Amino acid sequence: MSGEPLLKVKDLKKYFAVRGGVLSRIVDHVHAVDGVSLEVAQGETLGVVGESGCGKSTTGRCILRLIEPTSGEIWFQGQDVRQMGGEQLRALRRDMQIIFQDPYASLNPRLTVGGIIGEALQIHKLAKNNKEIEDRVVELLETVGLRPEYMHRFPHEFSGGQRQRIGIARALAVEPKLIVCDEPVSALDVSVQAQVINLLEDLQEKFGLTYLFIAHDLSVVEHISDRVAVMYLGRVVEIATAKDLYANPRHPYTEALLSAVPIPDPKAKRKRIVLQGDVPNPIRPPPGCHFHTRCPIAEARCAKDVPELKQTGQGHWVSCHLRS
Amino acid sequence: MRLTPLMRRRLANFRANKRGYWSLLIFGVAFFVSLFAEFIANDRPILVRYDGAFFMPIFQNYPEATFGGDLPVDAKYDDNGVGPLIREKGWMLWPPVRFSYATLVTNLGRPAPSPPTWQNPLGTDDQARDVLARLLYGFRISVLFGFLLTILGSAIGIAAGAVQGYFGGLTDLLFQRFLEIWSSMPILFLLIILASFIQPGFWNLLGIMLLFGWMGLVGLVRAEFLRGRNFDYVRAARALGVSNVRMMFRHMLPNAMVSSLTFLPFILAGSVTLLTALDFLGFGLPPGSASLGELLLQGKNNLTTPRLAFIGFMVIAVALSLLVFIGEAVRDAFDPRKLPS
Repeated sequence: MSGEPLLKVKDLKKYFAVRGGVLSRIVDHVHAVDGVSLEVAQGETLGVVGESGCGKSTTGRCILRLIEPTSGEIWFQGQDVRQMGGEQLRALRRDMQIIFQDPYASLNPRLTVGGIIGEALQIHKLAKNNKEIEDRVVELLETVGLRPEYMHRFPHEFSGGQRQRIGIARALAVEPKLIVCDEPVSALDVSVQAQVINLLEDLQEKFGLTYLFIAHDLSVVEHISDRVAVMYLGRVVEIATAKDLYANPRHPYTEALLSAVPIPDPKAKRKRIVLQGDVPNPIRPPPGCHFHTRCPIAEARCAKDVPELKQTGQGHWVSCHLRS
Repeated sequence: MRLTPLMRRRLANFRANKRGYWSLLIFGVAFFVSLFAEFIANDRPILVRYDGAFFMPIFQNYPEATFGGDLPVDAKYDDNGVGPLIREKGWMLWPPVRFSYATLVTNLGRPAPSPPTWQNPLGTDDQARDVLARLLYGFRISVLFGFLLTILGSAIGIAAGAVQGYFGGLTDLLFQRFLEIWSSMPILFLLIILASFIQPGFWNLLGIMLLFGWMGLVGLVRAEFLRGRNFDYVRAARALGVSNVRMMFRHMLPNAMVSSLTFLPFILAGSVTLLTALDFLGFGLPPGSASLGELLLQGKNNLTTPRLAFIGFMVIAVALSLLVFIGEAVRDAFDPRKLPS
């Protein structure tokens, strides 16, 4: 990685308050994101994987300031995102966008496609008049592979894949630099998934986009990502280039995760690592290494000391006492 | 306005509910007719032809002298006034009922309240005023009052609920506590106290009722907004930098309006009932004004003439039933589980 990264996240934490009792006092916290550090370079795709509830989506939303983080730093193009307010934040909205998982929930059912995409242009005054807005909407629809006459239709008239394309067009309308893709294909059929993934790759090439690609499907992430971060219970346990990570996983959790990916060859034999137990409750995450309760190689110190992310190879970072 | 398929389906659903559909038609016609009450029940002619010129006493006061009378006071057009003089030199076009709500019927020939005659189809009340005319004007003022109270109250309530639900947190908490205190004010006692030093007219009565009548929809809209702000498309709009006001009106309010709309006919029915109750108790509109509640009060005061109470009761019962039937049809129309039949 050369020069200043586009996005830099340092020790990001987000705790959600759990309220209880008669006075609904804060009785506990859900440790959704518990100290995540990431860097994303201009033009690359960083995949973020992990099982449900590990804090992937929360991380993405904190970066966009859709959720206010509890603590930590977020730097975008050398600017401190957490200190932004008002006009600065509005300007940031032009540079960072998000694509959501559920294409049915992410489009306002009462607006036409033209209204949904055009709103972005109106807010940031990217078009002078209605004619210009319309022209730009047509252009955007064509960019994502939809017919221009769709702009007068309502979201419910489209299939899931088409809706996701509309969501992508909305994100592209403001010509962002970074797009947080929050499981953009998880809700789609496999055949449609491939189309949307290919579209995202084409757009990246065409507009020089940077993606933070959140997913739980490991093969999709392997395909689209330059680098991959693996998360477990609010922490990043391993970051490496996609090729390196899949060929040479270091963290025991990554190993277990990868061994769960089906291989399209019925005769293939391999060691399947089945983890014991469930993911611990994020209200009371285990001390030390979050993974030690299920780790097949855990030692006594894993339950006491929090392992740091340490570099073990070229761009390969692991957070494990025993493997780094 | 282009109708979306959803709206078309709702319209079809509404029409499919025959009872609600006919209730709306009947209520609509009755209300529309009552808007022109002056042309139906009035103690002045609609049009006067006198000495080769036209006069419209409905819109303008003319002195008696205009029609050959002696005095410069406003003309009375009945047989004791300028009526015979006008008939000598022209003609008069009268409304079907020749009495306004406040006209005292002078030719009864028996003590009021008098039973129905051809001249007074529903008889007169205990002050010798025509009951039909009073019903017409009373219905109009009740419904107009109800409409105004409902529309203004709902607008305030929806705005308040929207702000609470949208911002949540401390705003919501403080607002909720304020509402709890405010809604526990006893409105009837306040009105009785206020009535002792303010002359309750139409507008200040509306104002006072509005002070306490806007809270009906707050909880509902607040809940809709609390739900709505976690929708992905609201998040997407926020990620685009959509302003708070625009977010509320364009993205969230349309959703909250669906459930609010289904409540409106019921709120309207409640407002009409409230005004009737106040009039009945004597804390409503100023004495002498036509109102349904006042008719009921007369029924109570003249138990030997059950007709008065019965007529008042019938009109109120039918009007409120119609509103409730309309409300049910609207509710059905907006029910997403109901398919067009």
